[in-house]
Amino acid sequence: MAAGRWNAGVIPYAEMGYYQPDYQPKATDILAAFRVTPQPGVPPEEAGAAVAGESSTATWTVVWTDRLTAYEHYQAKCYQVVPAPGREGEYIAYIAYDIDLFEEGSIPNLTSSIIGNVFGFKALRALRLEDLRIPLHYVKTFTGPPHGIVMEREYLNKYGRPLLGATTKPKLGLSARNYGRVVYEALRGGLDFTKDDENINSQPFMRWRDRYLFAMEAVNRAAEQTGEVKGHYLNVTAATMEDMYERAEFAAGLGSVIVMVDLTVGYTALHSMSKWARANGVLLHLHRAGHSTYTRQKTHGVSFRVIAKWCRLLGVDHIHAGTVVGKLEGDPSTTRGYYDTCRRSFVPADLSRGIYFDQEWGSMPGVMPVASGGIHAGQMHQLLHYLGEDVVLQFGGGTIGHPMGVAAGATANRVAVETMIKARNEGRDYLSEGEDILRAAAKHCAPLQAALDTWGDVAFDYESTDTPDVMPTPVS
Amino acid sequence: MRITQGTFSYLPDLTDAEITAQLQYAIDQGWAIAVEFTDDPHPRNSLWEMWGLPMFDIADAAAGLAEIRACRDANPRHYVLASAYDASYGRQTTALSFIVHRPPEEPGFRLGRQEGGDRRIRYTLHPYAAGQPHGRRYTEASG
Repeated sequence: MAAGRWNAGVIPYAEMGYYQPDYQPKATDILAAFRVTPQPGVPPEEAGAAVAGESSTATWTVVWTDRLTAYEHYQAKCYQVVPAPGREGEYIAYIAYDIDLFEEGSIPNLTSSIIGNVFGFKALRALRLEDLRIPLHYVKTFTGPPHGIVMEREYLNKYGRPLLGATTKPKLGLSARNYGRVVYEALRGGLDFTKDDENINSQPFMRWRDRYLFAMEAVNRAAEQTGEVKGHYLNVTAATMEDMYERAEFAAGLGSVIVMVDLTVGYTALHSMSKWARANGVLLHLHRAGHSTYTRQKTHGVSFRVIAKWCRLLGVDHIHAGTVVGKLEGDPSTTRGYYDTCRRSFVPADLSRGIYFDQEWGSMPGVMPVASGGIHAGQMHQLLHYLGEDVVLQFGGGTIGHPMGVAAGATANRVAVETMIKARNEGRDYLSEGEDILRAAAKHCAPLQAALDTWGDVAFDYESTDTPDVMPTPVS
Repeated sequence: MRITQGTFSYLPDLTDAEITAQLQYAIDQGWAIAVEFTDDPHPRNSLWEMWGLPMFDIADAAAGLAEIRACRDANPRHYVLASAYDASYGRQTTALSFIVHRPPEEPGFRLGRQEGGDRRIRYTLHPYAAGQPHGRRYTEASG
């Protein structure tokens, strides 16, 4: 340690012990990978040390009261800084935090430390939290998803294929009775779920209680017509926890299998709803409303893979995680990394998917990812290829905008998914033969034919903003 | 009506060859094959009757199809389900499940509503066939 470490005044963070290139991270440490863009003239190691310092024990000047503590234990350590490949002026700083820095089972505590102050730090032009390694020791202090993928499937009695959903449209303005009509038609036509939109709460045109009553009539009528378990994500997002509990309890009392909540309510409220959902046997759907404000830009904010980790820990059953082929941001490799983070029990480090660390989840159940936004039946082969089987595919416009009506739109989606699963299981090369497989199925299903005729050519080919630095090497 | 439980109920009924292909896929994944049947198709009925034990160690789908045929022959007026079970750590649940036989007619369900004073309704679903005792369901007389 540099001489004069305890002299009053300002000394570089690196010299205060926040940069330790020899440090060997412990198995119990929480590890972070930050994308750091230092101000001109600030050495990257000092920038990394500053992030470690400001997100753990340091302040801007030397304090003698550090010496009342075992400060070396509590200091975060920046143990590696590497240039971001192909990204001028950006570095990846790896930082280790001792597990003792964090309250057990508290995402607000974890986030107040790791992203609390440091993003406003003047010595950095920009900062992004790319990934976190949560040690299994800390994972085990969380309860995780209230039900998880396995329990959800057993609860719904639906196996072996992606689940299907749709968001009710128009998202704002329908009366409760008209809203119930859309829910009914979509569910009886073959979808498993319908969904309130994120900004449907309790507005003057439709109060929550009225919506819940008409939606549950629709759910039950559709169950009668099909003999299947059906659900509508009743959005319980509200201004206070008291309001959310009131709405959620009303939904449970009506027999709803699922409620939903928006990310905008905050981590504490989400965690409270998670506890409520497990105690009441109701699935919990999370809409990631607002996330792109901090997840999308490559140099700033918090990657969605980190948000997904926090949400798996605090516990939701569904989380929106991207579509790859739809209308919203989503590079295929990056999205694959999100899906792995939601579903797998061990996720190996893989920079081509944006995964910086091995992540152990132990026996914590998986979260069902939800793909929503600009997808349609004609993409079913691509959706199955990119997103797999444990996913909810949500076709909002792709159901409700169907030329033959909402129920026909739902049937088209259901026939498409069952057809594609059947073809995959039969060993067909369903990705390259997908269009032929769908055309053949459409000969027996007029609604699918109409869907393919209407949307078959619709694609959203824009360059992604949030991509991995490292591209997978094509294998010939 | 047509009950649409199971993975492939929106497709035309699977032929025996198509059923065999699905069973072979399941076997290739290392999953066990089970055959179940019921005359109570309520969506919450998670306990269909087992047609023997799950087949954990079969290598050839033909053996699974033979059990499905035997179950269908013995229960022509029941629903018959083929399912595949994945016992791997982290899953330990059904991986695929599809109806391979139906009663000649499916009368469907009656939706019961118990109306509360504040517009709240408690819903219940009754398979019409379940109004008869076991063994007298889906007969010509009961429809």
